[in-house]
Amino acid sequence: MSAVTSPQPPVLAAAGQHGNTAHSDGGWALVPVQTRSERFTSVDPAAFDAVTGLEADWKLTPVAIVRPLIDGVLDGSPYQYSSTETEGTSLEWVDRSDVRVGAAGMPEEKASANAWSTFEKALSITLSGEETAHVTVNRSALGGHARAAHTLITAKPNSNATVVLQNSGSALLSENVEIVVEDGANLTVISVQEWDGSAVHLASHFARVGRDARLKHIVVSLGGKVVRVNPSVHLVEAGADGQLFGLYFADAGQHLEQRVYVHHVAPNTISRVNYKGALNGAGARTVWVGDVLIGPDAAGTDSYEANRNLVLSEGTRADSIPNLEIECGDIVGAGHASATGRFDDEHLFYLQARGIPEDKARRLVVLGFLTEIIQKIGKGDLESRLLEAIEIELGGVAA
Amino acid sequence: MSTLVINDLHVSVETDQGTKHILKGVDLTLEQGSIHAIMGPNGSGKSTLAYTIAGHPKYHVESGSVKLDGEEVLDMSVDARARAGIFLAMQYPVEIPGVTVSNFLRTAKTAIDGEAPALRPWLKEIRGSMEALRMDKTFAERNVNEGFSGGEKKRHEILQLELLKPRFAVLDETDSGLDVDALKIVSEGVNRAKANTGLGVLLITHYTRILRYIHPDFVHVFVDGRVAEEGGPELADRLENEGYDRYLTGTSVG
Repeated sequence: MSAVTSPQPPVLAAAGQHGNTAHSDGGWALVPVQTRSERFTSVDPAAFDAVTGLEADWKLTPVAIVRPLIDGVLDGSPYQYSSTETEGTSLEWVDRSDVRVGAAGMPEEKASANAWSTFEKALSITLSGEETAHVTVNRSALGGHARAAHTLITAKPNSNATVVLQNSGSALLSENVEIVVEDGANLTVISVQEWDGSAVHLASHFARVGRDARLKHIVVSLGGKVVRVNPSVHLVEAGADGQLFGLYFADAGQHLEQRVYVHHVAPNTISRVNYKGALNGAGARTVWVGDVLIGPDAAGTDSYEANRNLVLSEGTRADSIPNLEIECGDIVGAGHASATGRFDDEHLFYLQARGIPEDKARRLVVLGFLTEIIQKIGKGDLESRLLEAIEIELGGVAA
Repeated sequence: MSTLVINDLHVSVETDQGTKHILKGVDLTLEQGSIHAIMGPNGSGKSTLAYTIAGHPKYHVESGSVKLDGEEVLDMSVDARARAGIFLAMQYPVEIPGVTVSNFLRTAKTAIDGEAPALRPWLKEIRGSMEALRMDKTFAERNVNEGFSGGEKKRHEILQLELLKPRFAVLDETDSGLDVDALKIVSEGVNRAKANTGLGVLLITHYTRILRYIHPDFVHVFVDGRVAEEGGPELADRLENEGYDRYLTGTSVG
């Protein structure tokens, strides 16, 4: 046997080897491995360390722009809204001392705690009818000063309802939304962000889903300078089902972020997460983080999460970070998928080969890509209005 | 009467192994209202010819011309070719998520005609064509090719052929993957389109099976990037009995 000299790796300069030195992205090496459910929570902003912008929670967010919501004084007074409601629903301002406050979750970061500690009244939406009920809350006059808001959505046992939180106009808002889906209830919550171009909005949605209950949660973010909506859903009783969908379209200079967390606590729970985004224009930026935690008692869990981004121009950035933690060996399935890419040229060829001009073909493909999420809304008037809004966004897409 | 004239067409494609010449001088003249079958072994360049006529960016035309009534097709964009009256029924049509068949058909029809079709007659026409192709009504609301079976995809291609009414249709292995019932339905669709609009057809196939239902006026045998033999329908019968071996021995020695 002849001796083989294995080639020696070239000697690198001390700092040159990839992975050899600590990353410069905020010193992650110092963060201990931590289960998603064990994050620090508090309603007191002072209990959180000062935010530097290097924290895992904040490092992908333009902290300088949202700073007034993290550290500033917030106006927690009730705000103007308009609403439409059908039978079997009620809307009212309730005091901080209401037992439902804190029933669904606790702040995990400082801006959320800042809002929590300063709201004066919570807007409470209660759904009790077994016939399908609808509530739409329009907020269009929040104004440009820093605000806090708190919303409580309670779906009574076996109720069936859709709640639309429709946001437009200017805003500098940090808010918490608590959602309790009681046993056997079927609730759809749709949060639509069509803010003005200068608006800044941080939202934490906390949901608890009960026995054989179902929550469909949809985030649609189209307008605003910085919009960060973080839904966390806890499937706390057997048979609970969480369907979390999202759609976002970032234009030049826009930052749209969503950090999704699904916690399978109880056995035989189901979750589906599907977020889709499009990015167009210099500085268009999106962030999607999808955490799924399957707890030790969640036998029979069936979970899947996906994020897809369609990049329409140069100069954009999409972060897509799926995380899956499984603490239970006996599950039906758990998977994730993430893809960020440009157009599929074969799509364009097929449509063009049928006579459709290139620019129109492109728009058709993007619209089709996002339509999958719109089709989940199940509310025809809102679906067609949002399709129109997306078509307007597509007006800015170069051929 | 329109004609499509392919003259000394040379086409290459970039592969990992470098540039590969596929078409090596194709000459072919199609008249509207006639059916030409292009038959040949795998890898002989049949599909390349189809996609080159349609304008797929993957295929690079080295030299030659494709003229539709004297106008150079190779200078046109993909969509302009379709609007000029050239249709390619694809072997593997892609899925387009979120775009419904009805939206797609209306958009394509509007693009081809230059104006939106009148709603009622258009819906009636779609319904009629879908019935004839034995397609379920729910088909119109499904997303383009998404979750379609092989047979459904082919029927959907022929549905478009019937509705968009091109002057020339290139059918790229439309028979592949079809059972005999689906093959008959699809063939009837092609024959109907031809009877209604005087379509010229370039029927690309590996097998003679589809020629029992769509009767060619001319048969061209394609070997190694060019037409090796031409004749009438009797040539297809001969291929049925003898296969392509006769051509291959001369061209791909070793």
